[in-house]
Amino acid sequence: MISVILPAHLKVLANVTRDVQLEVPGRPTPRALIDALEDQYPALRGTIRDPATQERRPFVRFFACELDLSHESLDSPLPDAVISGEEPFFVIGAMAGG
Amino acid sequence: MSGVRVLVGTRKGAFILHADGGRDKWEVRGPFFGGWEIYHVKGSPADPNRIYASQSTSWFGQLIQRSDDGGQTWSPVGNEFLYDGVTGTHQWYDGTPHPWEFARVWHLEPSLTDPDTVLAGVEDAALFRSTDGGLNWGELSGLRTHATGSSWQPGAGGMCLHTIIVSPSDPKRIFVAISAAGVFGSDDGGMSWRPLNKGLSSGEIPVPDAFEGHCVHRIALHPSKPDVLFMQKHWDVMRSNDAGESWFEVSGNLPSDFGFVVDVHAHEPETVYVVPITSDSEHFPPEGKLRVYRSRSGGNEWEPLTNGLPQRDCYVDVLRDALAVDTLDECGIYFGTTGGQVYVSADAGDHWQTIVRDLPAVLSVEVQTIA
Repeated sequence: MISVILPAHLKVLANVTRDVQLEVPGRPTPRALIDALEDQYPALRGTIRDPATQERRPFVRFFACELDLSHESLDSPLPDAVISGEEPFFVIGAMAGG
Repeated sequence: MSGVRVLVGTRKGAFILHADGGRDKWEVRGPFFGGWEIYHVKGSPADPNRIYASQSTSWFGQLIQRSDDGGQTWSPVGNEFLYDGVTGTHQWYDGTPHPWEFARVWHLEPSLTDPDTVLAGVEDAALFRSTDGGLNWGELSGLRTHATGSSWQPGAGGMCLHTIIVSPSDPKRIFVAISAAGVFGSDDGGMSWRPLNKGLSSGEIPVPDAFEGHCVHRIALHPSKPDVLFMQKHWDVMRSNDAGESWFEVSGNLPSDFGFVVDVHAHEPETVYVVPITSDSEHFPPEGKLRVYRSRSGGNEWEPLTNGLPQRDCYVDVLRDALAVDTLDECGIYFGTTGGQVYVSADAGDHWQTIVRDLPAVLSVEVQTIA
């Protein structure tokens, strides 16, 4: 099981209060993980990826294992520690002040 | 006993304000969708328990929320607003072609007769329709693909389709307004469109009386006179007596003819309301006095309505979707400000009271008259 930690707004939308656990088939990638996330929590559709381009939204970041994976291909393999469940996959809303 | 439900969209959530027909004691509920921008909340005229809300942020995009119980509970419905076919380009600020890019839903217009049918006006300017309660959205692409579409240019607030009026006399007749393209009309339910901007004059475009390119801020009509339209343009308050075929100015004695809102009294089709704003570079009331202006003659002669409104040191704005009227016997007028105040007049504007004072900046105000 892969553990995903969502930002506060998306937790509210998904109606969860803590990290979510996902079964991701095959060789897990960010794309497969988000597909599984949206299948399990349909309210999140379109909030992480743009529905038209299917690309990561500009103000959404992906972190795992103390690495910024935001600019990696959505089809690149997730780190082994994420796949094994040792480390969570973070979906983060980018910082903005004001 | 009859009452009202005021639906308020703000920069940081939605609020619902309740009162009985006296409209002097208010209950404030919210925030709903706290932290999200709520551009518009509107109830179905056919079923007041059905309410749609446009919820968005720059981070997580667009959601549409639907309530089937008068705003007590909400569920997200469909949020795929995909332009139909080849997306094409419009003009960017620098004059270069720029692909249409969906940003957000500015305005939701539920059908007058079917709670499951709702139109959505979006940025970049286009019109979408759902016939299944918001689950699925399809573009009425005849508007965006109009021959003039490639020359439309965004205003400073983005290229938004912000006003949708379905004629109460003919459901196939639709008026929309786009900043900064102007008014467009359809007589076939949104399949084909034509510009309705004859008579408009805008100093901010190279040809002031061009057929399109005008920054129309808002249009309104009264159900009993569906061919009479009122407009608050960037500058100028305008009127059409022929369903938008031609317009003439009715700014008259207003202290400024710049502004965003315009609406019509529920029972008097020649009684019109605007809120003058100083200028396009000073988005606050003239002289720091918050004044609603009322014309009982369909324009030109305007009277300031000030009783209960701040008459000094007031520098808020009233945005284009932030004024509404109820349909009680004595027509109520409502508006919200960028300072977070929502005001009501239960006597058509003669006296005002503050419903709530410290909300986030108000983006939209709609009112439902509940039997």
